[in-house]
Amino acid sequence: MGVPAHIRDGIVVGFATGVFAVGFGVLATTNGLSVAQTSVMSLLIFTGASQFAAVGVIAAGGSAGTAVSTALLLAARNGFYGITMSRLIRGSLPKRIVAAHVTIDESTGMAMAQTDPAKREGAFWAAGLGVFVFWNLGTLLGALAGDVIGDPERWGIDAAFPAGFIALMVPALKQRPGLLAAAAGGAIALVTIPLTRPGVPIILASIGAVIALVVAGPLDELSTPEDDAS
Amino acid sequence: MSWFAILGIGLGSFAFKAAGMFGLGRLVADGWGRALGMLLPPALLSALVVSQTVSTGSNLVIDARIVGVVAGGLAARKGAPFWLVAVIAAVVTAGLRALT
Repeated sequence: MGVPAHIRDGIVVGFATGVFAVGFGVLATTNGLSVAQTSVMSLLIFTGASQFAAVGVIAAGGSAGTAVSTALLLAARNGFYGITMSRLIRGSLPKRIVAAHVTIDESTGMAMAQTDPAKREGAFWAAGLGVFVFWNLGTLLGALAGDVIGDPERWGIDAAFPAGFIALMVPALKQRPGLLAAAAGGAIALVTIPLTRPGVPIILASIGAVIALVVAGPLDELSTPEDDAS
Repeated sequence: MSWFAILGIGLGSFAFKAAGMFGLGRLVADGWGRALGMLLPPALLSALVVSQTVSTGSNLVIDARIVGVVAGGLAARKGAPFWLVAVIAAVVTAGLRALT
């Protein structure tokens, strides 16, 4: 009872993503990454969608360049979260560097979900650091387990990948521009898979985001955490 | 995957966040740039779902995966947390493979 709700919620979100990180650890090691590489990915990249996508592209036979491009296109949104959070996080340079590293979907979302602006920074740190701790613990656990599991297909782990991506997309699908982007991206992939090398359809799908942007029209339809605050 | 690729993604990911946090991103931040940044994830993730569900390499393939992914997708639509969605997809796919 002693822990305020906005702090506790952040830690709970961290624990939930930690469970997902176990899946990442298993997937990465069963697709040929070492335990060390898998753990360093979670420590340094620390962006779930990018990590899963990079491993997925490699697993499908894509090149390293395609994997890096896909992961970075997915990570670009964190830059926009950073702009929103830069108004909230004040103080020393090291503090802001750490804040930048833990600026992700969960920490930005939890901060901006607070109706009381005074609680936003606390919520940001609780979710950001909570996810960081559990994400890396979960990854290590999964990586060690994955070494033992062996063939991922026997356990259906290859299907857990795309299903997990659907779960990650759910918030975006609730808005018309996000739904359009997903539909266009999926259609582009379906058409280009037989025509290109593995991984390339994912890069081409970024055109789907541009299509959605043009079709969906005015930007105020696109609700972001920042818009909710102003 | 090579260490080089891992470090490249790590540095690039941090560069995006730092650019936002330290104000460099403001140059491209407003309007279209921001909206594009928010729409890239659904477009790319959707393409990943399609390619990992119905293809192997450059061939379109229908197998046990699609049944598991649809089951997981329905659970996601009902609001299931992502770990449960992933487990449902894996269990359904593995079960179907064990039966066939």
